[in-house]
Amino acid sequence: MARQVLEDTLTADSIAADTALAASGDASAFERLYRTHVARVHTLVRRMLDADEADDVTQDVFIRAWQKLSTFRGESAFGTWLHRLAVNVVLARRKRVGIERGRFITQEEPLDGVTSKPVTPELSMDFEQALASLPEGARQVFVLHDVEGYRHEEIARMLGVVPGTSKSQLHHARMALRRHLER
Amino acid sequence: MNDQWTNRLSEYIDGELDSTERAALEAHLATCGQCYATLGDLRQVVARAQSLADTPPATDLWPEIAREIRREQAPVRRDRPVRRRFSLTVGQLLAASIALILLSGGSVWLAVQQRSTNTAAEPAVTTQPSTARVANWTGSTDVAIAELQAALTLNEKRLDSTTVRIVRKNLAIIDRAIADARIALRNDPGNAYLNLHLADTMRRKVELLRRVNDMAAARS
Repeated sequence: MARQVLEDTLTADSIAADTALAASGDASAFERLYRTHVARVHTLVRRMLDADEADDVTQDVFIRAWQKLSTFRGESAFGTWLHRLAVNVVLARRKRVGIERGRFITQEEPLDGVTSKPVTPELSMDFEQALASLPEGARQVFVLHDVEGYRHEEIARMLGVVPGTSKSQLHHARMALRRHLER
Repeated sequence: MNDQWTNRLSEYIDGELDSTERAALEAHLATCGQCYATLGDLRQVVARAQSLADTPPATDLWPEIAREIRREQAPVRRDRPVRRRFSLTVGQLLAASIALILLSGGSVWLAVQQRSTNTAAEPAVTTQPSTARVANWTGSTDVAIAELQAALTLNEKRLDSTTVRIVRKNLAIIDRAIADARIALRNDPGNAYLNLHLADTMRRKVELLRRVNDMAAARS
């Protein structure tokens, strides 16, 4: 336990030092930040968008992070700042490709084709596949709320909808994913 | 299964119903097996979502990112005259190092002076600065510097006495700059410029130590 706390502290210190170095133009320090955070960013992007876009958008997130590092003031952890930046990049991409608000599910059809869950270690991957089967809007609300922990008010601001819409789509997404839990 | 309460189950899970609605829903759950089962399922969905693991991309994306970073930096270099390849003597490197340290040290002094002037006119800040945060992140660099200095102590005998004297003198200057930055940060831990200055000065020290150690190793 104490060892874990020590390791966490050292990791946080190392990230803070690398952030300061990267902000001064040290690309090696930025690469270390990339290695530490790429899994989280890539997973977020993959869940929010289509899987085949994930690599390009993840690269875009880190390039923007490099460009914007001088604006990072250390008021939050670098990971938190990067995560928020990734969400913003994803949402900007969403607008750019014309995925407009309103493309939310109102029924549970999107998961009709998903098979019932096997009781195996691959369960999580199946859940990921079911999540990927949701329409964009419902998937994004679900990921932002249930996976990433944003509140409805924040999600509504980010997506340009009212909080009630965010709540409604979250419920539809959960109900759709619930089918995947049924034996 | 789609009774009037089904669509409120997520709000119930998330604690977003007011006390009246919550009481009414709980009364309904006591009598409706389907809603009760659905509630259990939805809770499982939420739990599953919170336990999902992150996975890295199948391919390493860094080479492309590094290429883009280099490409962005390229226009700055294009503005400069075409440079020929050249090497600096240790003396020239140290002189450049001193100039940079003195310049940035002067900037710290100005920043601190400016800060103290501004502080007098500003209302009291209620947030207590976190000195521990500033002190902690430099820990790993301190370890690297200690190792490099220990290596230099062993390698010094391979260098001529003039070089050793100059190196020591300039390490002392860098150390003073680091000490000044640490003192300034103790008073203003959140100052981004001071944090960057300290990180940069420590990086310069690491680079100088590495360069001198490499030079000594090459002479062995």
